Amino acid sequence: MCSLALFPPPLSGGQITLYEANNELVAGSSPDCYEKQGAQTLSALNFPRETLKPHSRPESSSKAAFLDHKDTLWMRSAGAWRDAGLSGLLDEITNSAEEVPKWLAVSSGCVLALIRWMSSFHGSLFPHLTLSGEEMTAEFSQVSDSAIRSFAWHPHTDKFAVALLDDSIKIYNSRSATAPTLKHRLQRNVSAMQWKPLCASALAVACHTCLLVWHVDPSSLSTRPSSGCAQVLSHPGHSPVTSVAWSPSGSLLVSASPVDTAMMVWDVAAENCVPLQRVGGGGVTNVSWSPDGSRLLAATPSALFRVWETRMWTCERWPCLKGRCQSACWSPDGSRLLFSVQGEMVIYALTFSDMTGGPKSAAVVADLSETTFSGIDDITVGGEVQSLAWDPTGERLAVLLKGSSSHPAIIAVFKTRSSPVFELLPCGFVSGEIGAEPRLIQFHPHFQHGALLTVCWSNGRISHVPFYFVSVGRPHTGGSPPLPHITSKIEDYSTTHTLYTEQIS
Amino acid sequence: MLSFNQDCWFVRKVVRWRALASIAWSVLLLPATTTLFVFLVRFSLFHPVEWISECFGLLMAASTIFSLILLCGVVLVIGFFNLEGYTVVPSIPCSRVALLAKVLHPRQCVHSLVHCTVGMMVMWCASVMAGGRYQALGSPCTRGESADAPEVCLNEYHVFLLLAGAFIGYSHSFLGVVQNMNYVSFQIIQQYKYLRCKGSLPWVLKCSAVQSLYAVRNYVALYFFFGHIPRAWISNSLNLPIDSSLHSLDSLTGLLDFSLLYHLWISGAFLLLTWYITVLLFRIYVTEAHRFPVQSTFAEDAEQCLPKVLSEKRTPIMKFLALQDLALLSQHSPPRRQEVFSLSQPGGHPHNWNAISKECLALLSDLTQRLVAHHDAVASNGRARPPSATSDTRTTSNSSVSSAVVSGTEDLPQTPRPSVLLKTPGSVFLKSSGRGISSPLTAPFTPDLDSPFSTPSLRHLAAQQVPQQGQWLGSVQSPHIIRRGPKLWSTSTDSQANGSALASPVPTPSSPPPEQKSSFMAQWLQNRKEQLPEASSQALFADSQAHIWALEGLSHLVAASFSEDKYGVVQTTLPSILGCMLSLQEAVDRHFKLPHASSKPVKTSCSMGDSTYKTLRFALRAALKTSIYRITSTFGEHLNAVCISAEHQKRLQQFMEYRE
Repeated sequence: MCSLALFPPPLSGGQITLYEANNELVAGSSPDCYEKQGAQTLSALNFPRETLKPHSRPESSSKAAFLDHKDTLWMRSAGAWRDAGLSGLLDEITNSAEEVPKWLAVSSGCVLALIRWMSSFHGSLFPHLTLSGEEMTAEFSQVSDSAIRSFAWHPHTDKFAVALLDDSIKIYNSRSATAPTLKHRLQRNVSAMQWKPLCASALAVACHTCLLVWHVDPSSLSTRPSSGCAQVLSHPGHSPVTSVAWSPSGSLLVSASPVDTAMMVWDVAAENCVPLQRVGGGGVTNVSWSPDGSRLLAATPSALFRVWETRMWTCERWPCLKGRCQSACWSPDGSRLLFSVQGEMVIYALTFSDMTGGPKSAAVVADLSETTFSGIDDITVGGEVQSLAWDPTGERLAVLLKGSSSHPAIIAVFKTRSSPVFELLPCGFVSGEIGAEPRLIQFHPHFQHGALLTVCWSNGRISHVPFYFVSVGRPHTGGSPPLPHITSKIEDYSTTHTLYTEQIS
Repeated sequence: MLSFNQDCWFVRKVVRWRALASIAWSVLLLPATTTLFVFLVRFSLFHPVEWISECFGLLMAASTIFSLILLCGVVLVIGFFNLEGYTVVPSIPCSRVALLAKVLHPRQCVHSLVHCTVGMMVMWCASVMAGGRYQALGSPCTRGESADAPEVCLNEYHVFLLLAGAFIGYSHSFLGVVQNMNYVSFQIIQQYKYLRCKGSLPWVLKCSAVQSLYAVRNYVALYFFFGHIPRAWISNSLNLPIDSSLHSLDSLTGLLDFSLLYHLWISGAFLLLTWYITVLLFRIYVTEAHRFPVQSTFAEDAEQCLPKVLSEKRTPIMKFLALQDLALLSQHSPPRRQEVFSLSQPGGHPHNWNAISKECLALLSDLTQRLVAHHDAVASNGRARPPSATSDTRTTSNSSVSSAVVSGTEDLPQTPRPSVLLKTPGSVFLKSSGRGISSPLTAPFTPDLDSPFSTPSLRHLAAQQVPQQGQWLGSVQSPHIIRRGPKLWSTSTDSQANGSALASPVPTPSSPPPEQKSSFMAQWLQNRKEQLPEASSQALFADSQAHIWALEGLSHLVAASFSEDKYGVVQTTLPSILGCMLSLQEAVDRHFKLPHASSKPVKTSCSMGDSTYKTLRFALRAALKTSIYRITSTFGEHLNAVCISAEHQKRLQQFMEYRE
């Protein structure tokens, strides 16, 4: 089991992690020298929070300020029914007791009280149901307080989508200068995005009330695709959507909402869906498809998660002891699941295989409890896991640790090894500019020279940290490397690298 | 299915047993639904204890047991109709006239009649169980003064419920035609039957409640206006006088009886629920994946193996299940993929792969040709001509009826109406409708040759070229090549998987039509014909679920062959697979540029009719792109070595750069 104490001490004094080569993380003093290194053609992007005006929308509490009270009772009742359903209607009738017959006001008051009592009972079973939609999105998805709400790499090309605080989505492509901006009337509170595999254009966006699937023509020069390019997928009771996952074969899309106990399996093109309902847990917060497509993780707001097998769509329940499953990631071959639980500072691993009936219990593979590195100034790192990301070659695992009042959030990177036994080995910490905390992490899906970690920082910056190594499983293919000097280094050290792994094994 | 070959082993051994099992389960579920109904219909808010004890007493009563037995019979009848009428390829009427013809089809009339009767029976059971004033047809008269008054009067409440049963039965049958309720769609994911049933039950409950509400609304309106007719008739024929001291039910005061409406609604929901459960269970059972062996060691089982079954044309359900099995095995089952890639033991030929890939490619190129033909028909004419309106109008190619007769029967099979149209030679309608029907061998009747521009020499030319058509069918051709002879191609959606529809009537011979009003009728019908613009597009893709599976199966197998195919059997067919997919891609792209092709259908909420077929073309487009991408992303640069035409190469390059 790996712990943070084995790590090399984190950088201090404004040093920034630039890249990994020769098995160690190289630091620089400013992002400019990183720019000079020019890893790939991808340049860092910056989205300062101040430039983005968050979408101002009437909250439910501010509704009274705008509604004309001179409306007739019928109009108000209809509006209340539309906005807040039955309870809103009853509330409206009860509040306007002088306009309606007494028996109606009294009976609607009684029914309202009954409904509130029952919903509070229901809410005491599943406390997350008492949250508002936006709070729920903030609680259960990876959405952060920074200007960047969500980030998604395209699985096949050098293209990524960034969802911003003002509910717009920008798409950056390394091969074209145009960066289309996607805006839609229903695109509010974006909580997750994913590109469709085996497709050039489709992007699924989890929104506050629905699910949008954008079709952005890659050869189009338009900077503002019309909202006609978006497919709206919605199902009654299935909002807010906090997570989406495409099947790796590109045929199905799964969406989840903490309010809905069913997760939806969509055939996006035909716009029909199959709800898969399991009552326990009170909803589904996070879905994640294993890369080989054979399993699907569905986390719930309670201390329970499910692993579905995707052939006959049956599931096995995994109750956790402490809290809900906060974050999880699959190994590239789909046989291993790493997850972290809220309230615990460890990473668990579950190993699946087709031969035996499945794992019996999860094993702890890494301890992330707080560790103090004493140096010039003592630096404390550690804490609960915010999110996990495993690179597509299966050799680097990035763990985003939640910060606390005493120490900021930080990314710890592990090397992973699956044979002879599964093991996490320390690699190092990735730190950014002073005052910037990492918020979102994602690996580039097909980086040629190792792994490329994309980090979205709290100050609105998106940077890329390459890890240059030679994958054990993948033969090193030649080609024209973008960075001659770094590649030459890699080639120099490729032998040492294998030596190194042999030594360890 | 009347068109089923009764000798087909699959229908005999699998489909019938599945239907039987589904009927058995629906019969077993009857007591549960009946209990639910009894509790709801006898509900009284203020006497809960009485209510419950009364209900339990009623459930044990002999009349309820008898009703249950009757209901079992009803379920058997409904189950039989499900089995007889189901189809995996919906028949989509391209115009209102065709829809009308479907509704007036004799077969449909029988269906409606039986459903009316059966609906009355269910309602009789419901009224017996509801008890009280609904109990019997006759009731003691309240009029006591006059001595000559009869003892027993007509109980209008009972009649009201019985007629409601007939009405709901008819509307079920009618909506079944309009919404293609006999169409059985396949789920996008595989689930166990029990879980699928459990997941759909709440939806079916909601559906029957909502549909019953609509039916009650319509029925009450109908009864308000026309209720006195059946009442008087029944009263006369049964010699039961109408009690004049009571409010009659076709008045406002009679109908605004809340408890009556509630009972009517609950009874209607009960009726629809029992039927919907039967339909649901049948659909779940019949679409369950069936595992066909890829190869068999015994010669007598050879016809049950996947390569043989795929080429079967007469039993669409078997073909569909085989394609589904192919798609599943190509995704999930490496050992079965190995069997597909394996070589025959003496000889070393990849028979399995050859047969499977050939059949899939034939399906896909057939769709390509259909699309190209449709596109050309539209382009040549400026407007879409409906392809063969309903698949039950496939003509037998050897029928020696004249082109005009064929055109008449297109939309109105077995009704006398087509003969009305036939007396309008040269009308626009004739030309436009004549297109729909032709099979490759009826070339002299190929409709475009009827156009004034066609000269005798052209006809001669066309007739000569016809035999080539057969050769083209098998091979994969670029649409550009095909386009050279567009006029030869029929728009008929005469696919092999198509034979499942209602019936396959032989075109009726023309009878001497009435002389008058014919051109007016033709005009009127002509106007009606153009009403459903999206339908022609839907009809083209009606059986596209098969193509989607063929695409998925092929692409997954090809992608798996990259690492699993030891003998390289897939490599030999890779150029034709790619060529076929790219031609189809081009044809689909062109089709979606037509007006109405890309407009989405409105969603129908809460109806038992499956509207999956309306969006199949979008699903096909997505599946096609995904399949090509699956191949390009697996093979990558190696595809440059595959020899395909330069045009396809260019298109493939687009896919390899992720620019499509």
